[in-house]
Amino acid sequence: MPEYKLKLRRYDPESGQPAYWSEYDVDLDAERSVLQGILTARDDQDGSIGIRCSCRAAICGSCAVRINGKTALACNTAIGEAAEKAGDGNPIVVEPMNNMPVIKDLIVDMDAVHWKKVQRVVPWLLPDGDPPEREYVVPAESMIDITQSMACIQCGACVGACLSMEANPDFIGPAALAKAYRFVGDPRDGQERERLKDLAEDPDGLYTCTHCFACVEVCPKDVAPMNQIMRLRRRATGDFGIKDRNNGYGHEKAFVNLIEKYGTLHEAQLLPRSFGDGSLLKGQTEPGAVKELIENLPTAIRGLKSGKVSPVKALWHHKLPGQENVKRIFDEVHAKEDRLELNLYIVGEGNDEEIGAMAEIAKEDV
Amino acid sequence: MKLAYWPGCVSRGFTPELHGSMNLVAPKLDLELVELDRANCCGAGVIAEHNQELVDTLNARTFAMAQKVEGAVGMMNICSTCQGAQSEAQERLDADGDYRDVVNSNLAAEQLAYQKHAETDWWNKNFLWLLVEEIGLDKLRSKVVRPLEGLRIAPFYGCYIVRPTKRLGYADHPERDQYLEYVIDALGAEPVEYAGARKCCGFPIITMNRATSLRQAGRHLADAIDAGADCLVTPCPLCHLNLDLQQPAAAKFVERDLDVPVLHLPQMVGLALGLEPKALGMNKHVVKTKDVQRKVAQLAAA
Repeated sequence: MPEYKLKLRRYDPESGQPAYWSEYDVDLDAERSVLQGILTARDDQDGSIGIRCSCRAAICGSCAVRINGKTALACNTAIGEAAEKAGDGNPIVVEPMNNMPVIKDLIVDMDAVHWKKVQRVVPWLLPDGDPPEREYVVPAESMIDITQSMACIQCGACVGACLSMEANPDFIGPAALAKAYRFVGDPRDGQERERLKDLAEDPDGLYTCTHCFACVEVCPKDVAPMNQIMRLRRRATGDFGIKDRNNGYGHEKAFVNLIEKYGTLHEAQLLPRSFGDGSLLKGQTEPGAVKELIENLPTAIRGLKSGKVSPVKALWHHKLPGQENVKRIFDEVHAKEDRLELNLYIVGEGNDEEIGAMAEIAKEDV
Repeated sequence: MKLAYWPGCVSRGFTPELHGSMNLVAPKLDLELVELDRANCCGAGVIAEHNQELVDTLNARTFAMAQKVEGAVGMMNICSTCQGAQSEAQERLDADGDYRDVVNSNLAAEQLAYQKHAETDWWNKNFLWLLVEEIGLDKLRSKVVRPLEGLRIAPFYGCYIVRPTKRLGYADHPERDQYLEYVIDALGAEPVEYAGARKCCGFPIITMNRATSLRQAGRHLADAIDAGADCLVTPCPLCHLNLDLQQPAAAKFVERDLDVPVLHLPQMVGLALGLEPKALGMNKHVVKTKDVQRKVAQLAAA
């Protein structure tokens, strides 16, 4: 049996001592898990190691940690692969997840962060009207859209990996927002608009996700929380036209309108249009928008002073040759009755040669 | 090597020094760039958030134009965000023939169609990937006339080029998240290890949550400075906007001085290939690059 070296970050906040590293050698088959390695070290060498686990089969979501810097379920990571990633002679480094306080060693306080944020999005069904006499009946296909967000096992890996939350602990975060989509997308829920408006207006809500893909990368169940956040935004702006104070609506409108008009991005207009719900005039005249523009003046002046932006470039943007073709694509796609979304999680990959593989389920109701 | 070339929007907008330096570096590396001057914005994640079919059609249009360039082995971009947004569209287009047909039908009026190919036959690669995988580090080393010895350079990748690994070809090219270090080393400089290299610059939310956005940029810059970096280098012009253009504002959000220059990838390569800083647009940065320029001048003298 090969021998693996584990290097664990140890910390007991109650001890008054700073964090430290402990190293352990464990003999295990390569396909056994990092979790098994930690438990072996605990059982044979050091009973004081703190690790939370239960099912050991990537179902309960208890054992998310950072392995060689990347958040993952310890039970779902083969120790041989982890050693390979660590590189020749280097130990497998295991640390607690980021963004949550450490209770002890590898155990973080999920209540203080993860569960609190999940509570924030009202994670239960809010149906409209009187309940039906018997159960709610929904067509199976109308639930398919939310199966991806329902696959979440609440392990918190995405919360630990979230780079926006690292800079802003108040951000609602990927797990809770994915949970929010689970209800926004549920045909039985009657509070879609209210939920979306609430998340869009929260200064640390829907529009604080930076598209960094960290949550997509680490999720052991392919929930792709960031994609659920994009779906929430699509619903909020496209379906409900919710104009929010964070400029989320304005930014999307501004960007889309500029590409429709010019084909490439006219950056100088992006800011004023974003502050004016997509409108250049409104962005330069409405008191709130003007205030935000003034806040951004130093940036504009820096751009001009450095010589990277000329006054001409700030005012004028050339249209692509053949821009009418780009405009036509916008017109044609916007005119379609269904907004097409191919979710590879649902339709699967490798459908390439099969006729009719793109199922109806890929279509969102608009 | 002949390539269809998609420079992106920002490289010709607020970071014109990027497009300019790429044009100077290309002939030095025997790259013949055919600029796709009718191609459109990749959507930068924003149009994807608005309408997926629309963004996939826009990117399929760019791919179709690139595939029409006679004798080109593939398409090159110089923006991590373009790479990520285009790879996302390409993943969906390649995964499902019916979907591809729908998207191509949106392009029929222009007599364009995206053709699925094996990666060996056609690809879309960021300049960084191209440097390592197509040109090769040995060849790059052989072209260096001014080794950047003594320069400590902190790599900053941009999210869209490092995640998600499954979509971005890491199965076949597992070291793509090490390439900046490899290139820095091949040019004779020293790569700086620090926390922020593969984190988010915060740019996408600059209009929506300025404090969070600039705290992100500020922290990574501060980490790079504390690790002893003379400058940073990035293959992403959007990261450059937050790290350079916004750096004085970011300093306020992390409550400390920053003042560390940020180079575009082709600028760094150009310096080692003997091009002059001014020609590479290094005087068009918000954070002055004169210390880097002085070090490079000393190298030339020695």
